[in-house]
Amino acid sequence: MSHSLVTMSYIVAAILFILSLSGLSNPETSRRGNYYGMLGMAIAIIATTSNVSVTAYALLGGVILIGAAIGARAALKVEMTQMPELVAIMHSLVGMAAVLVGYANFMDSSINLVGVEKTIHELEIYIGILIGAVTFSGSVIAFCKLSEKISGKPLLLPARHWLNLILLIAVIVLGGLFLQQTEGSEGSLPLLYLNHGGALPLFIMTLIALAFGVHMVMAIGGADMPVVISMLNSYSGWAAAATGFMLSNDLLIVTGALVGSSGAILSYIMCNAMNRNFISVIAGGFGTASGGVAAVVEGEVQPISAEETASLLMAAKNIMIIPGYGMAVAQAQHTVYEITKLLREKSKKVGFGIHPVAGRMPGHMNVLLAEAKVPYDIVYEMDEINDDFPHVDVSIVIGANDIVNPSALDDPNSPIAGMPVLECWKGETTIVLKRSMATGYAGVGNPLFVLENTRMLFGDANATMQAVLKALQG
Amino acid sequence: MKIGIPKEIYLGEKRVATTPDAAAHIMKLGFSIAIESGAGLGASISDDAYRAVGVEVLPDAKTLWQQSDIVMKVRAPMHRRRLGIDELELLPEGACLISFIWPAQNEGLMQKLAEKHATVLAMDCVPRMSRAQKMDALSSMANIAGYRAIVEAAQHFGRFFTGQITAAGKIPPAKVLVIGAGVAGLAAIGAAKGMGAIVRAFDTRPEVKEQIESMDAEFLMLDFSEEGTGAGGYAKTMSPEFIAAEMALFAEQAKEVDIIVTTALIPGKPAPKLITAEMVETMKPGSVIVDLAAEQGGNCELTVASKVVVEHGVTIIGYTNLPSRLANQSSQLYATNLRHLLTELCPGKDGLVNVNMDDEVIRGATVIKEGEITWPAPPPKLSAAPAAKPEVAVAAVAEPQKANALKAFLPLIIGGLALFGLGAVAPESFMTHFTVFVLACFVGYQVIWNVTPALHTPLMSVTNAISGIIVIGAIVQISAPDNVVIVLAALATLMASINIAGGFLVTRRMLEMFRK
Repeated sequence: MSHSLVTMSYIVAAILFILSLSGLSNPETSRRGNYYGMLGMAIAIIATTSNVSVTAYALLGGVILIGAAIGARAALKVEMTQMPELVAIMHSLVGMAAVLVGYANFMDSSINLVGVEKTIHELEIYIGILIGAVTFSGSVIAFCKLSEKISGKPLLLPARHWLNLILLIAVIVLGGLFLQQTEGSEGSLPLLYLNHGGALPLFIMTLIALAFGVHMVMAIGGADMPVVISMLNSYSGWAAAATGFMLSNDLLIVTGALVGSSGAILSYIMCNAMNRNFISVIAGGFGTASGGVAAVVEGEVQPISAEETASLLMAAKNIMIIPGYGMAVAQAQHTVYEITKLLREKSKKVGFGIHPVAGRMPGHMNVLLAEAKVPYDIVYEMDEINDDFPHVDVSIVIGANDIVNPSALDDPNSPIAGMPVLECWKGETTIVLKRSMATGYAGVGNPLFVLENTRMLFGDANATMQAVLKALQG
Repeated sequence: MKIGIPKEIYLGEKRVATTPDAAAHIMKLGFSIAIESGAGLGASISDDAYRAVGVEVLPDAKTLWQQSDIVMKVRAPMHRRRLGIDELELLPEGACLISFIWPAQNEGLMQKLAEKHATVLAMDCVPRMSRAQKMDALSSMANIAGYRAIVEAAQHFGRFFTGQITAAGKIPPAKVLVIGAGVAGLAAIGAAKGMGAIVRAFDTRPEVKEQIESMDAEFLMLDFSEEGTGAGGYAKTMSPEFIAAEMALFAEQAKEVDIIVTTALIPGKPAPKLITAEMVETMKPGSVIVDLAAEQGGNCELTVASKVVVEHGVTIIGYTNLPSRLANQSSQLYATNLRHLLTELCPGKDGLVNVNMDDEVIRGATVIKEGEITWPAPPPKLSAAPAAKPEVAVAAVAEPQKANALKAFLPLIIGGLALFGLGAVAPESFMTHFTVFVLACFVGYQVIWNVTPALHTPLMSVTNAISGIIVIGAIVQISAPDNVVIVLAALATLMASINIAGGFLVTRRMLEMFRK
């Protein structure tokens, strides 16, 4: 295939990717969008393989088939509650691939560039590997945290900001060394000669980048995971874009930029939804720099039984359900849907209020509810329904805490002050499903629980919802 | 310990201090319960209903009072000659009594109870704080009174509450004015709204405005600033200027509205006179005034306590037993309040009462302890009114303002310099790629903002799949002569293809689930 034809295929592929993303503006068009994406990917791969320089078809075909089989298996097996883990591990694969492609390119002796072009090319390799390595190790740690292989609590090393700074300076210094050393050598030498051609600084930098990724994600708490996931999403895009620069491949650049800005916007939305500064989330820790002492929550909670909950629901007309990560943990979404169905059959208005950071990744709750067959037109965003709470008779909060914490609005000293929350307490009655009286991820007491119009339904979310369902069925 | 529930002897009192439901709960605390035969009849609860849950039914008041360690009642103990019952006399020495007492108005009664070495908990003295709400009988009775006030008004009002347009002509909706938006006032607002009337409400405490508006009623503003909230969330007496402005407002409203419900009470004082005889005169004939403060002297000058009178064509209802007129409902709520109080009094669930004077709620309710008058209790510290906001918050906002200008421009300056530097040294080939990159970033920015938040997870998985495009970087290297490069490229291809297949398929799986 001629060079122009390949470029044309790349343009088509890039357009298809853009269409694929713009399809996601609506659930109706999203399915078609996904097929556009697949088509674009197929065109890109076929065009590249039919390039004159590609000859190892057997190896290529074998590897792609194996990879596709693994990916397909994972995609079909994964539980919807495990989506954050899957996404995290897939980010790490992109990161690792970027590192590998970077090294391969570094050692490829067939590229002959001189002068500034050479310097820029080396720099592109360096940056590509750097971003790829950070993405890889960060994603692996995020995966471990999400799947609870390691604790979700932030790990706060002493002087961690200085540590990060030192790592950054080391990366820059090594970059200088790398450029200097590659300058003198002809092409590059294999890895075995570590003291030649800038291989050593490159290798050390990779290790530092890996360590940096680990350290960065270790310092971030569970509730900040939506930000981390979308940030890693963004990084994986930038890694692809850097690879594109390295290989002078515009399709890689375009796609990387699309993915990179997508992740960046998601991170921005998530940070806004928590009223947190992006830098402060990345710097890790939580509530370490609050101004005053947050008000201590005083009062007594009023427990309620499943039967009483059912009779409250029967008496209500307008019901709002607010799910949080606890619903995902308890796998309660199907029971919740059964209840919703029953109540809707009794011509009650049931809606779902979703906070942007509910769950462990952006849109996590929507996917879980969709899995349980909840129609998406009764699932609302926070901004859509927050003003309607005065007309809500009963709100049910399932396994959520910080996203319904009134102190975010009225206590300037609260660690989550200023975070927009679902104002369910403005409704007639709020029923909070909770395992026990522990605090949320932010470690903040929640005055909602002791409000006079709040009732606490203690126990495992799924078990209690089952009991409520049973009571509703009479 | 044994709890006795006598039949109320006050004329027309139909309430009873416990219901079978509440009794069953109380017995779980370890108490035994006896009830006087026929005590629940006024509230449509038969003796058999009590027997069914294991309550002992005693034939007459005398036996009941004598056998009881704790007596639970609605009204304060009284003497009624016609029945030959003097409840004070019947109360055993050193027994415990829980009922409404009104210690401020009933000094003689307090004295006599103290002489009997009784322990008395007054339901009207339960402090107003959030923890004690479940025992706040005043609120639960006020709620019923407010509801019933509208029912009584509807009974005496000759028209619809709701507006209608019928073939026989247009019916305007009734206009209801509620004065005093406490529990009773809010209940009245709710009931009147439910019947379709136009409701306006007035209160001296500005913080109730939101509550009134939340019930879809109109809050009548008085152009006058004076804080009307007293200790414990109740209203206090206002200044003469304020009262003058208030009266002018009422005089104006009286000409317009059809029904006035007054609920203005100030603790320990006679009810303020808010509706004068002249105002009544200006009201439309057929209008109705329901005066919930009748027992404390009435908010209307023409109110006669416990009676319905018609003055200047306006019906003025002064019933003092509105909760009793919904006897079953009010008995249920009162019984639940008592049950909660007993739960607090009996933390060990061993059927023994522990009057713990360190507990703020119990301290407040206890007016006599073992013959010693402990009323009035120190005022409760918590109130429903908002606490004063600390000023720190205001000061903190001002400071970062200065740094903002620099903060806003710094990234722009740095970005500009970086681009300039790049442009100065970068070769032509790099710049074409860079152009593509920057444009792609902007396209991405536009496209992603349009993605609905519900699809953020599919967005992440599809971008994940798309970022597998890195595979083409690996593909072009897989045919290189160097073995190490081949291995690296093969591994990269493997990973990227996992990503591509996994990402697209899982996205498809998710999107299939999003159904209307």
